[in-house]
Amino acid sequence: MPKKTIVPIGPYHPLQEEPEFFKLHVEGEKVVDLDIEIGYNHRGIEKLSESKSFEQSVFLVERVCGICSTSHPIACVQAIEDAGDVEVPERALYIRSIIGEFERIHSHMLWLGLAGHFLGFNTVWMWVWRYRENVLDVMEHITGNRNHYAMMKPGGVRRDIFSDDIPGIKKILDGLKKALALFRDAVIDDPVIHARTKGVGVLTRQQIIDYGAVGPTARASGVTIDVRKDHPHAAYGFVDWKVITAENGDVFDKTVVRILEMFESIAIIEQCLDKLKTVPGPVDSNPKEIKPGDGIGHYEAPRGEVFHYIRSDGTNRPVRHKVRAPSFMNVATDRVAVLGQSIADATIILAAVDPCYCCTERMMAIDTDKGKPALHSPDLLRLSQEKTARLQRELGTEGPKLDFGVFS
Amino acid sequence: MVRYLVHIGEVLIFPGLLFTAVIGLVTSWIDRKVTARVQMRVGPPFLQPFYDIVKYMIKETCVPAGASKFVFLAAPLFGLAAVTVASTILWRPMVWPEKSFIGDLIVVLYLLTIPAVSVVIGSFASANPIASIGGSREMKLILSYELPFILACLVPVIKTGSIEFGRILAEPMAAASPAGIIALIVAIVCMQAKLTLVPFDMPEAETELTGGAYVEYSGPPLGIFKLTRAMMLFTMPVFLITVLWGGIPLHEGAVPAVLGAVKYVGLIVITVLIRNTAPRVRIDQAMKFFWGPVTLFGVIAVIVAFIEGL
Repeated sequence: MPKKTIVPIGPYHPLQEEPEFFKLHVEGEKVVDLDIEIGYNHRGIEKLSESKSFEQSVFLVERVCGICSTSHPIACVQAIEDAGDVEVPERALYIRSIIGEFERIHSHMLWLGLAGHFLGFNTVWMWVWRYRENVLDVMEHITGNRNHYAMMKPGGVRRDIFSDDIPGIKKILDGLKKALALFRDAVIDDPVIHARTKGVGVLTRQQIIDYGAVGPTARASGVTIDVRKDHPHAAYGFVDWKVITAENGDVFDKTVVRILEMFESIAIIEQCLDKLKTVPGPVDSNPKEIKPGDGIGHYEAPRGEVFHYIRSDGTNRPVRHKVRAPSFMNVATDRVAVLGQSIADATIILAAVDPCYCCTERMMAIDTDKGKPALHSPDLLRLSQEKTARLQRELGTEGPKLDFGVFS
Repeated sequence: MVRYLVHIGEVLIFPGLLFTAVIGLVTSWIDRKVTARVQMRVGPPFLQPFYDIVKYMIKETCVPAGASKFVFLAAPLFGLAAVTVASTILWRPMVWPEKSFIGDLIVVLYLLTIPAVSVVIGSFASANPIASIGGSREMKLILSYELPFILACLVPVIKTGSIEFGRILAEPMAAASPAGIIALIVAIVCMQAKLTLVPFDMPEAETELTGGAYVEYSGPPLGIFKLTRAMMLFTMPVFLITVLWGGIPLHEGAVPAVLGAVKYVGLIVITVLIRNTAPRVRIDQAMKFFWGPVTLFGVIAVIVAFIEGL
């Protein structure tokens, strides 16, 4: 039996854009075990948010991730609106959906390009990113920025989309459809791509449900889960579109799901743009205060459901802001997907969930003198439980009794 | 005395080290530029490959702790020496037709394997798990492509009854017959693997193994590996043209020489296009591919060559 070696992917590795550490335990070319170590990129955003006003915390969560830079704000403003019963004008809802779908297109194109790069297919990488520029140009035209659009605010959006711009946007969408059709055909017909991705990194429907995976990762395994359909928000209830699913749960299906989703996104944007011609109105209800209460907001980010919880006590800042990003759920599936595969396949499997570590990071403080963790997940959990208990005492409510036996 | 000086000049200047290195680096610029244009990028300036090599030469050399120092540093020189001698032996009969010897084809076939072997040796000497995976992939790749490659090279040997470049060049080219065409296609596929270009670049697979076999190399040794690769990019197509496609006969005047150069550029363009229109395959898929269809076509080419010779 060959000797077992560890192939490190990380903490800094060309495969990943962000710091993370996968330890592949290999026998020859076969992966027999996987350790996932994250935590290189933590910034304490939840805690920071408690020291910011509601308007500021939207800007803060925009910086959770550069790629999902409008998914987090949408979920955040929805949580604030839910907590404070804030009305949102209809026109703002359409604009939210447009920005969100443009973000999905650019994020999926980013992934598609990177997937090509991981497979050594650099032409796909460069071409996809070339067409992604057009999407970013549209975003720059509408919002002033290629990323970090700063469009969302509690009660609406910051900027309107002008009628004069709509024909230009539609023209770019038409060009994009042609480019995407090219990539769709290239991926679906290429025999070498088939050989590299079909039957590779399969996640079964049951595994998806067990691990609570979300987004395209889940949809590629036949789990029809999409927050936009399950809990319609923004303008998703007003337009006609369908949830894309596939059955096999391999890397190929994840690719196909993402490519086809981009066509759905274009369809959503086109319908929303048409509606903008007839729906008048302000784009912002300008709320002056947020009433005390709890609120949740979720949004289907390109990687899956992003969830925000906000508690307001009637002041101008949240007393608790909880973020759950989709990669937190999806990265955990890497281990089952990668076991028994070869190293060559492991890299594309790890990348297939479109991991985003800066969304996912949890804190661990290390005491450098002693070399031991000073503040760790169990401590954070304990602090959080104590705070919850204190809040419950103050508000006089009784929360559910939860068992955290694994951690404590 | 003068005879020895001429020999040394042949190995070091023309058609050996200097000539092969310069043309090889120019070829690698063509590769990079065409790749960039295919990928909608601008691409590097003409002298970029030369800048790269010069820069490698003035960088620090790091030898990892636990590595076998002598083997680690000798491996790149081993490869460079092999490709230099191979190129010298290959070019001499095309410049001076009388300067070939019986069996030079066999010698060059061996020498063209050594750069890949040197990568294997260097990677195992560097005591790095990633490098040893890269090295083992390179070794499997050598085992895969050598058989069909030698089968393809057998076709001109059968046709001319000679293992001497001078005789093979003097006879009508093999690629004018069906057997030669099949052999040329087989050899082009093997060349892609011999140059470890996509889809057969798994020994260094940047996104899997971060450079694989070369992961511990830095400074001049890495520069020598890169130079060796550039020289192989020149020598391999020339070898194919020589044995199968009529060569680049400089001594016959301008027209055949230019025709040969056009064939060379054609092969380079084919190589670059293959490398830009396919993803990397897995090592097991590559082995199945070479031992299956490619070897089969190699055998067919040999059989057809026999039948044609009857």
